[in-house]
Amino acid sequence: MSKFKKGGKKELPAISTASLPDIVFMLLFFFMVATVMRDDTLMIQNTLPQADQLEKLEKKDRIIFIYAGKPSANYKAQFGTEARIQLNDKFADVKDIKQYILAERAKKREELIPFLTTALKVDVETKMGLVGDIKQELREVDALKINYTTRKGDVQGNFKN
Amino acid sequence: MAKRAAPEVNAGSMADIAFLLLIFFLVTTTIASDSGISRMLPPIKPPDEKPDIIKEKNIFQVIVNKQDQLLVENEVMELKNLKEAAIKFIDNGGGTGEDACDYCTGEKDPASSDNPSKAVISLQNDRETSYKMYISVQNELVAAYTELRNKTANKLYGKTFTEMEANSNDANYSGDKDKLKEQVDNIKKMYPQIISEAPAKKLN
Repeated sequence: MSKFKKGGKKELPAISTASLPDIVFMLLFFFMVATVMRDDTLMIQNTLPQADQLEKLEKKDRIIFIYAGKPSANYKAQFGTEARIQLNDKFADVKDIKQYILAERAKKREELIPFLTTALKVDVETKMGLVGDIKQELREVDALKINYTTRKGDVQGNFKN
Repeated sequence: MAKRAAPEVNAGSMADIAFLLLIFFLVTTTIASDSGISRMLPPIKPPDEKPDIIKEKNIFQVIVNKQDQLLVENEVMELKNLKEAAIKFIDNGGGTGEDACDYCTGEKDPASSDNPSKAVISLQNDRETSYKMYISVQNELVAAYTELRNKTANKLYGKTFTEMEANSNDANYSGDKDKLKEQVDNIKKMYPQIISEAPAKKLN
């Protein structure tokens, strides 16, 4: 009767997956660009304290990291349980800090040197004596800009266990 | 010889390869950038230089002992009250004459600080003080300054200081950046952060 065919049972056409690689590549590029590789393997316990008055540390190329805390379980036998400093991938002494800062500074481009910040990533259980020693060493090499790296949170959270 | 078309390369496994890479980068990514409390260390002074003389009433003394207890102006204090006490001290504005502070909203107690640019917070801690306590105290003191700055910025420019600072660091901010910078500097000048830290020593 009608001109239009009612059409029998037609097969659904298969969805083309040809654009799947494109989508995946897009995601891939996003993550490649956003990735910051973790460059130091931590050999210490490093639970950062919480605070809410934060300033963001952008521009990774202007930051020198200093870690401090108790050696993690694997290294306890070798290095004891007293809090220690980690520079790059190895344990260090307070007196090594100057050398380290000067070496790191020499690696950076010259125009960045006035903007260098030293980020102190110190474990919550560390005593201030060690931190004070680090700060004194930093003052002596004129690395005055420092940043105590913290997590975002309420300070009262530091005292809950 | 007849020219033969090059056989088409099968791209079916392209997705698999891309997925593999994707998963690798997904796992290694740490997007969150670090943040923390920024501080300037004092430069080392030549030994023959005399320390500045500061009036007793312009010093707000905060001492943390090795049991992580807080002593503020010779009184034991809980951490949660520290911010309030610091604000009261900084914003007191008890000065007269050229030390007078016309924007302070404090009590104008003559026995407390003259004006915010004279007010010094002196922080002293023991070698045995824990780092978490130290950071908490630092955080509260910075919070006190931030609150005062926010309040003043709100009154003068109708937005908070935190907002203004974020805008002035934002490359995409559409407004007048120079003016904003000037305003930020102005607020910073009204409430400069003066936190002096004595080197840690053994307190009793």
